[in-house]
This record gives sequence, structure tokens and C-alpha cells, in this order.
Amino acid sequence: MPLLQVRNLKTYYQTARGYVKAVDGVNFQISEGEVFGLAGESGCGKTTVALSIIRLLPPGGRIIDGEIMFNDKNILAMSEEDIRKIRWKKIAIVFQGAMNALNPVMKVGDQIVEAITTHEDVSKEEAWRRAEKLLEMVGIEPSRAKDYPHEFSGGMKQRVMIAMALACNPQLLIADEPATALDVIVQAQILKLMRDLQRKMNLSMMLITHDLSIIAETCNKVAIMYAGKIVEYADTKRIFREPQHPYTRGLIGAFPSIKGPRRKLISIPGTPPDLLNPPSGCRFHPRCPYTNNKCKSIEPEIKDLGGEHYVACHMPW
Amino acid sequence: MSLSRLMEDYMKSLREFANIFFKNKFGVVGVAILSVFIFMAIFAPQISPYNPMDVKSIGIGKPFSPPAWIKIFNKDIPDDSVFGILGTDELGRDIFSQIVYGSRISLLVGFAASFTAVFIGTIIGLVAGYYGGIIDEVLMRFADILLIIPGLPLMIVLAAILGSSIRNIILVIGITSWPSIARIIRSQVLTVKEMKFVEFARASGCGDNYIIFKHILPNVMPLVYVNAAINIANAILIEAGLSFLGLGDPNNISWGMMLFFAEQYQALLRLAWWYIFPPGICILLVVLSFIFIGHALDEILNPRLRLRR
Amino acid sequence: MPHAVVIIMADEILKVINLKKYFTLRRGLLTSLIKREQPTVKAVDGVSFEVKRGEIFGLAGESGCGKTTTGRCILRLIEPTSGKIIFDGRDITSLSQGELKPLRKDMQIIFQDPYEALNPRMKIHDIIAEPLRIQKVCKSRREEEEMVMKMLEEVELTPPEEFIDRLPHELSGGQRQRVAVARAFILKPKLIVADEPVSMLDISIRSEVLNVMLRERDTYGTSIIFITHDLSLARHLCERIAIMYLGKIVEMGSVETILREPKHPYTQALVAAVPVPDPDHKREVIPIKGEVPSALNPPSGCRFHPRCPYAKEICGRIEPEMMTLEDGRIVACHLYTTK
Repeated sequence: MPLLQVRNLKTYYQTARGYVKAVDGVNFQISEGEVFGLAGESGCGKTTVALSIIRLLPPGGRIIDGEIMFNDKNILAMSEEDIRKIRWKKIAIVFQGAMNALNPVMKVGDQIVEAITTHEDVSKEEAWRRAEKLLEMVGIEPSRAKDYPHEFSGGMKQRVMIAMALACNPQLLIADEPATALDVIVQAQILKLMRDLQRKMNLSMMLITHDLSIIAETCNKVAIMYAGKIVEYADTKRIFREPQHPYTRGLIGAFPSIKGPRRKLISIPGTPPDLLNPPSGCRFHPRCPYTNNKCKSIEPEIKDLGGEHYVACHMPW
Repeated sequence: MSLSRLMEDYMKSLREFANIFFKNKFGVVGVAILSVFIFMAIFAPQISPYNPMDVKSIGIGKPFSPPAWIKIFNKDIPDDSVFGILGTDELGRDIFSQIVYGSRISLLVGFAASFTAVFIGTIIGLVAGYYGGIIDEVLMRFADILLIIPGLPLMIVLAAILGSSIRNIILVIGITSWPSIARIIRSQVLTVKEMKFVEFARASGCGDNYIIFKHILPNVMPLVYVNAAINIANAILIEAGLSFLGLGDPNNISWGMMLFFAEQYQALLRLAWWYIFPPGICILLVVLSFIFIGHALDEILNPRLRLRR
Repeated sequence: MPHAVVIIMADEILKVINLKKYFTLRRGLLTSLIKREQPTVKAVDGVSFEVKRGEIFGLAGESGCGKTTTGRCILRLIEPTSGKIIFDGRDITSLSQGELKPLRKDMQIIFQDPYEALNPRMKIHDIIAEPLRIQKVCKSRREEEEMVMKMLEEVELTPPEEFIDRLPHELSGGQRQRVAVARAFILKPKLIVADEPVSMLDISIRSEVLNVMLRERDTYGTSIIFITHDLSLARHLCERIAIMYLGKIVEMGSVETILREPKHPYTQALVAAVPVPDPDHKREVIPIKGEVPSALNPPSGCRFHPRCPYAKEICGRIEPEMMTLEDGRIVACHLYTTK
């Protein structure tokens, strides 16, 4: 039984000029202990998916349709009180750029304590002890709990955010671009930390990023998102070895590699579509090298290619 | 670029701007109210039945007569006890004429004083922000001193020393209002100065003047316009205040002066509401119209003031 | 240092000798009365390299290593604290800005941020034409228009007529960056400093901009100093590369040599840490301790010694010299200093 099942999720943003169809019919699932990667470029809707799962959409965002089954209960049907019991305790999130969201005038330990006491009925002393243990778990000296955020480097602040997210022992951790703003050596350390913690705590993780290299080394399964839809979904090795969707192929080809033969970098012409008025048919058709009339008018169905590999494309004919 | 192409471009951007501006409710209301008063000021001789500065207009009606139309509510009042649209003042002069002519003074002082303050403030803000260093320090300390001295007392002293004339009132308001504008402009200049397109221009070999006029000024002007509108509102209020305190120009009746005389001749005691409310309401409406216009400009120009996405 | 003889090769467009840039931090009046020494950030601390004509030279390193500051010093957008910059055979270090102006035709810059690099109130035509106007290249509006349209075609913003009257906010990030490329190349400069030109763009449009840059380079023979933190990208684009750490160059040479077999411990750690878009590849994180120290108080001796897994006693005392190895690369490390 998968831990999280997202079925036909549709989240739109209401703006003065109409509805922005940020997430338009997304399906995937995450099993226990699995690391799931949601990959895509800016504006594809991946962050909106994360915010929809924990129901923390910004003003104007509305979940129009779909189900999110977590431990067999539909999150979208829960009351605000029930969802609050899940947030942080069962599903935790590390937001994009979160390390800059630390309160500069509060000690780091106090901020973790706050995260704990808000969600659990624990004494302050007990919470502080747990905070110190959490810092140790993420590779920071426990005595540094009484330091202030500005005394930490970027990488260490990110570790603090991870510690905060794990404070209540969640089952699922959602990490939105956890390593993007960091230098490559620190990035490697943080991702290794996350992998270690994931293994130790048998956490399920949902990693949201545009960086396919990170996905390649961290995730078990990947879903590639484009313009609010998932265009391809498979086991990580499968997707890199046999990408089927033209966008996936383009994306993989656009990533330079420091190993292997030196080749020309692929670029995908055009720009991501305006989600107020997405293209008809397949949303990728204006930029796809293989477009034909069918692509322009009919939205492709999700095909099961066997072995848990799904593509939303009219190819192969 | 030929002159005609330049004019075409200018008219096009003006039309585009007007399009956006009039979609904004504040802008529409503000301009509507202001247009009434501008019309009033321009066509004062045609609209107003009498010239209030003319000696002949004294004693046209009985002093402190209420407006003629109150006869609708009270038919028993004798005909010679009422006069005109807004009644008369202590010398029997038509108040409506004074209101109409008074618009000239208020608007003139408002525009001129604001223009002076914005002109001085923008130049000083530009120079201080761009050149920095000791020039910045000196100019900003100077501005600080002017900011610290309490405004109204300073203006009263200056007005008393220089004498009360329209020109001096304009000067006084201009001199005391430029510092806050200079600060705002300066901080915007500091921001724009660091933008990469400025650095690119330098890398191409341009000089300071080029950067100031081609890059910094155009990106600072929206702020200037917004501030100018609000500043005019301010200037009109200050003029009214100074006149009310008796420092206004006795040769030119302004709304503030009217309130001064009303107070002097105890209009309140006499319950002469037609002497008190009209000038007060006019000041209120004009000031409000400029604030609305400034607000509309702010709303329109602000997203683009944010030079980063 | 008295007039040392500087040998410049004919195929070198740029030679940087011992470039240093120190920033003094501003302090309040009180602090400057109490403390004597002024805190300085040694952003660039003795950097030397050459760039050949038509070559793409990479300047790589993590944030804070001084690569951006070096790029700016070369163009004299920031004044160097000391050192020599020799551009096209001429020492431009101490020229006045007025004397520099005609030389600025030959050196240009492309910035990282496509949103800040273009004046939001200027039309695309004017943005691209700006270098032409500053340098007074064109004799007529007609000539200017032709050059601008031609550049728009070259950077594939077609049809050009549709772009000349637009404002920057109407263009996407990738399009804006191509405008930045167009205006950098319009004077056909000999050298361009490209400061992380694609790091703020989406992955799928990066190569579009890079390919345009490469084509322009091939057409005009421009040398490019490519500043980046992305080693994978540097590997694809650059011919030679210099790896910087805390204001110094630690290793320099041909890109393939250095990235395939890094010799300096820092380069080794950096290369090992670069993620690879291949699920079968395991990133070996070389255990180097801690994080990059502040440039306010750099470590003594070799800057990298507190974190280096191979540090010896000498590393904390003496700064290693730049040594040329057999394979042509240059390393600054005591592991390779011949006795």
C-alpha cells in the first residue's frame, strides 16, 4: 500500500485575468522508504504539487479536483484541524530557499523547539534536548543550538532546516530544491546527509528539483513535469537509459556532464507555455521536434510501457 | 530620429499612459475633481460674477448675507438679506467670486511651490546619490538640518522676514519641502546606480553625464512624478495654513485668506457657515484630488519601479 | 617592483600578472578610532594567467573565490589594488578612464542576471545600439539600424522587426540574455568577460544562449573569459581553465587534463563533488573538512591547508608557488613542488 497516492490533482491559481492551470491532472504515488523525484523547470507546477499536498497554497490557489490519499485517508477531504495534525508530524517540508527564512533574532535551538512544541505536547526542556539531538543527527555540534542563524554558513543553515523538518519524526519529507543555492561541495554533503537520514529513518522522500544530476543520484523513481502535467514517470535508471518523451530527452540532453564524452548540448527551442491559456492538445507540441496534427489537437493519454514506465505522448505511432 | 517620429512616439506613449491611467478609479476621480478646479481657475473672469479684488465689488450685498437659495427652505427671509450663490463676507463682497478667484492662487502656489521643491530635491538627490562620498555627506547633512527644524514655525519665521507675497510663499514652501524629496530620489539613485545595465554602459566607455541622463534619470522620474503630485497637495495645504495664520498675500485672496478673514470677523459666532465651509471644502477637494492622482500614479508606476522581476 | 621584463606572446590577447584586489570594509567612526588595522577582504590575492586569442578560458570556483572580482578588474570596472593587466600588448593597468575609452571597443561584458542587465525603460533597439552610440561608430541612423538588425538575426531573435521596439519585460529570460549577447558582440570586441551568463536560465534554454555565443566567437574570433561555478558546463565550453580558491589560482591548464585528472587536492574535491546526470554514477565525496573560510582572515601559508586531507607542516607556513608540470598544467601545491 503506497504511503502517498496523488490522483488527478488539479490546482489552479485565480488571477485577475483568469485561471492559471498550474497543476492540471497529476497522478503519482510514493511507497514507504522510497525517494521520489519530481523534476521540471521553473513554472512547471512542481512546487504547487508540494503545496497542494500539505494544503498550504498561497492566496488565489485552489485545489479544483483530485484526491491525495495519505495512509489511506484523503487529505483534500480533511478538515483544517485534521490536516494540522498531519502537517509536520506526518508530512514535513523543507521549502525552497528555506535557509533564508530562519528568524535572525531567535536562537537556532529555540526555532527547532518552537517547531516541536507547536505540534507536540512536550515540555520546553524535553524539546530542547530533542533539538540538540536533531542537530547532532544532521552533523552540527549540539552546543551550537544556542547560536544565531547569522553565525552559520549556508550549508549549515540548510542542515538546521532539515533538522527542523525531521523534528516530529515524519513519515514523508518533501524537499523543494534543497541544494540549489549551495556550492557544489556543500551540496554533495547535504544530499549525502539526506540520503543517510532517509535510510536510517526509513523515510519516504519527495525531492523536487530542476537538476537531473541530483535526481540521478538520489531518487528511486522520477516523474518529469511540464506545464502542469506529468509527461513521463519511471524508475530512475530506466528514464535515463531509455527516455521516451521528447521533452525528457531534450532535458537530459541539455545537461552537461563532467564525465563521459564531450558532446554538443541540446537546447529545446521556444519557452514554457503561458498556463493561463495552455496550448491545445499536447502542451509540449509547440516545442516538440516530432509534432503532427494529432499532437496539436488531442491531449495524449498516459501509456503504460510496462515495467512501471509511463509516458504521455502520441509517439511511438 | 526625425522630429515627426519623435512626436509620434511621444503621442503614442501618452495615449498608452492615458489608457492605463483612466482604468484606475482613483485616477479618474482625482482628475475629474481637479479638472473642475482648473477650469474654474482658468475661466475665473467668465465664471465669477464679480472681481473680488475690485473696489467696486465691496458692498454689493449686505455684509454677512447668506446665500440666496436658502429662500427655498425659509420663504420668510427678506430679499435684501440674501445674496448670490454663496452669500457675502464682512465687507459685503460676493463669496462665490472669491472662491472662484481663490482657486487661481491655491493652484498657482501649489504647482509652483511643488515644482520648486521637486526641482531642487531631484537635483540634489541625483548629485548626492550618484557622486556619493563627501558631496553626499554634505548635502544630506544640510537636508537633515532643514528636516529637523520644525516646518511650520520655520515657514512662519521666513514668511514674516521675507514679507508676505505670493512669490515668497512659493519660495518658503519650496525651500522647506525639498529635503524629503531629495532623500527619496537619492535612495532610488543608489539602487539604480548598482544595476548591471549601468555597469555595462561604463564598460562600453561612457562618462558620468551619460549614465545620469540616459540611465538614472529615466528610472527615477516615475518616483518624481508620484512625489510631485503628493507634494502639490502638501503645498496647497501649507499655503492655506500660512494664509490662515495671517501670513498670506493680502492683495490676492486665496481660500486660506478667506478663512483668515472669516476668523478675524467672527464668522463662527455669526453662524455664517457660507463663509467657512466653502473655502474649507474646496481646499479639501483639491488636496484630495492630488492625493488620488498620486495614488493612481503610484499604483501604475510601482510594478515597473521594481527593476527586478 | 622595478620594471621587470614581461614577455608577451603574439597570440595572447590578455596577460594578467599578480593581480590583487583588496576591499577595505567601511567601519563606523567609533570603531575606526578604537581599532588600528582596517579589516580588508583579500578578494583577489595574486592571480596570474594568460588568455590566447580566440580562446574560451574558464575561470571556475565556488562562490567567494574571487572569480567575478577578477573579471571586473580585467575590464577596469573595479580598480585593481596592484598587479598588471596587459591587453592586446598594451599595459592598461594605469590608464585613465579617458585613455581607456577607445580600448573599450575591444572588451565587453555579459552579466549573469538577465533581468538586471537591461534598462527596463529602453527599447531593445536602443539597448543593442548603445555601445555603437557611446563609441560613435555609426555615421548615420540607417547604418546603426542595419547593424542592430543584423545582430538580432545572428542571435536568432527573428524576425528582427518584431523585437526592436519591444521593452525588456516583454521578453523571456533566454531572449533577454541573447539581447545581452548581441550588444556585447556588436562592436566585434577582442575579449568578452562572461560572468555566469546562463546560470539564471532554465536548463533547456541555456544551450541556446551558449550556442549563440559560440557562433559569435567563431565568426569574430573573440576570446571569452567564462566565469562559472559549474564545472560540467566549463568542461563543455572552455578550452583552458583556471580553478580559483579564496582569491588564488590553485590549478590551471587544459580543461580535459585538469578535469579528467585533477592534481590539486581542492580541484580533486571539487571534481568529485560535481553531480553527474547518470544514475549509475556514484558521487565520491572526498572528505574535506569544514567550509570555505572567510576572505577577511584567510589561513596562513596555503589557503587550503586547514581543509586539505594531505596537508603537511610546510603547508601552513609557506604559500606554494605556481609550478608548471610535465603535462603543461600549472599547480600551486607543495605536493608537487620540486625540492
